[in-house]
Amino acid sequence: MSTNLITLPIIIPMLTAIICMFLHGRDIRLQRVVAGISALVSLGVGVCIFSRVIDGETVLVFTASGWAAPFGIVLAADLLSAIMVTMVSLVSIACLYFSFVSLDSAREENYFYPVWFCIMMGVNGSFVTGDIFNLYVMFEIMLMASYVLCVLGCSHGQLRESFKYLIVNMLSSTIFVIALALLYGMMGTLNMADLSAKIATLEDQSLVTVCAMIFFVVFGLKGAVFPLYFWLPRTYVEPPAPIAAMFGGVLTKVGVYSMIRVFTLIFVGNVAYTHNIILIVAALTMMLGVFGAVSQFNFKRILSIHIISQVGYMIMGLGLYTVWGLAGSILHIVHNMVVKTGLFLFEGATEEITGTGELKNMGGLLSKYPWLGWGFLAAAMSLAGVPPLSGFFSKFVLLRASVEADNYWIMAAALITGFFTLFSMVKIFFYTFWGEPKPLPEKAATINYGKLLPSCFMLVLVSVGLGVASQPVIEIAMRAATQLMNPEIYINAVMAVPGIRG
Amino acid sequence: MELLISILIGILFAIGTYMMLSRKLLRIIIGSAFMSHGTLLMLMTVGKLKRGAPPIVVNGVENPVYVDPIPQALILTAIVIGFATTAFALVLAYRCYQELGVDDTERMRGNFDEH
Repeated sequence: MSTNLITLPIIIPMLTAIICMFLHGRDIRLQRVVAGISALVSLGVGVCIFSRVIDGETVLVFTASGWAAPFGIVLAADLLSAIMVTMVSLVSIACLYFSFVSLDSAREENYFYPVWFCIMMGVNGSFVTGDIFNLYVMFEIMLMASYVLCVLGCSHGQLRESFKYLIVNMLSSTIFVIALALLYGMMGTLNMADLSAKIATLEDQSLVTVCAMIFFVVFGLKGAVFPLYFWLPRTYVEPPAPIAAMFGGVLTKVGVYSMIRVFTLIFVGNVAYTHNIILIVAALTMMLGVFGAVSQFNFKRILSIHIISQVGYMIMGLGLYTVWGLAGSILHIVHNMVVKTGLFLFEGATEEITGTGELKNMGGLLSKYPWLGWGFLAAAMSLAGVPPLSGFFSKFVLLRASVEADNYWIMAAALITGFFTLFSMVKIFFYTFWGEPKPLPEKAATINYGKLLPSCFMLVLVSVGLGVASQPVIEIAMRAATQLMNPEIYINAVMAVPGIRG
Repeated sequence: MELLISILIGILFAIGTYMMLSRKLLRIIIGSAFMSHGTLLMLMTVGKLKRGAPPIVVNGVENPVYVDPIPQALILTAIVIGFATTAFALVLAYRCYQELGVDDTERMRGNFDEH
């Protein structure tokens, strides 16, 4: 179905970024109002797209200037894209509210909101693009803005880590272009639907498999899979909480989303080889990520290392390559986006009060700040996978998928990882909120911590909601997964849109 | 011609890799610029290097030899992106040098446990 609706997730953040840029130097509240309205409108658009594709059959397509695929630039949104766009807008609202109340004015007034919406534009663009070169362009928009957000404030740690982050991503962009060049040289097209249809007719898949593995490296670097996650824990620790929450909650998921997209639509000719590698990498990512977190004693660092182990779960479903597996992956992405962002925001609120991130310098916060403590516990239990929170159901679906595929070793890896996740979450709760109260800095008494909590609790409630309503949520994820397993739905929808042809 | 260009791409990549493995910030950035030029040439080469007419159909007659326009469009986009990223990297490196007083990655490594 052809529609202009799916250009809005790109256009709205772009316009907001431009408007906020012109409001620079005026009262900061003007920028806040514009940013808030834009985030709400984006959520509305996301829900609107979601409701149009919820049946799992429709794919919304937009052809630029009426040039039909594969000649023109195509945007396409299926159920997975719609879910991602909606969830990202939701998470963005929570992070924005948290930055309204907590970000220092030096950062906030120095082009924070324009850069923020540039990231949103890149992220949403990656979700709705139907052309693999435009995926590269959208990635670059997102990365460029994320470099700026990462270094905003210019503390020594931020400068040091941003430089590494920048170089790693420049390298991965170079590899991305190489992969695109190989793919174009082979197939003569870069439209994802057209690529998928053409690759399916190829006799010899060997060069395609090479290309697939290069793409796996590229998206693995962005999504932080084993052994390409080395840059992540240090980089995500440095920026302030709302930015770290956005990075941890959203940016790695864009890499995982792209991986799911290309490995279900384009590179499905040699599943026994490629998807098995993904599965092994998933197990290693999970285990090493969680073991890395166990040894740490810094609140934020534990959370950022946990991002890695959670990415392992997300690509585990892709590696299994069954409807249940993909549904589990989608559920886990959605769950993790919400909960990981929430945890980072709780960390931000705790650090605001205690003035430190080291677990050993905190203690006994529960008596003074009960809402903070119990709220954090709910989010942490959701991450560890305790029912009835959303983490339980996403892991349940993934485990069920591995049993159905007779893959018990990956199931064991997932269960062990879950156990250690629980361990390090309890460790944080134990050190920070239980025990003898440690002396708080003097400014702690002046902080109105109530205003920090609404965005954290919004995300906890979403997690509870996803868990309690798991029946329809799993149903929708299954539909999205079925759609991914039948790429001809996507191909037919994109190629069927009438327009100018050559 | 393709062979010559392929060798050139290889040389550019070798230089780029060598520079990126060094410890000076500036060399790393220049190395990555070399690499991105290598990839751009590669994009051009996969579209086949040939001389011919523009890919335009005149009076319903298709040109038998025409140049593929898409790699050129892709290269233009990639050049702009590479330019912007390199510019940002240079500014960041300069700021690092100002704030941290070193341009050596080994000495700016810092300790994981310090904040």
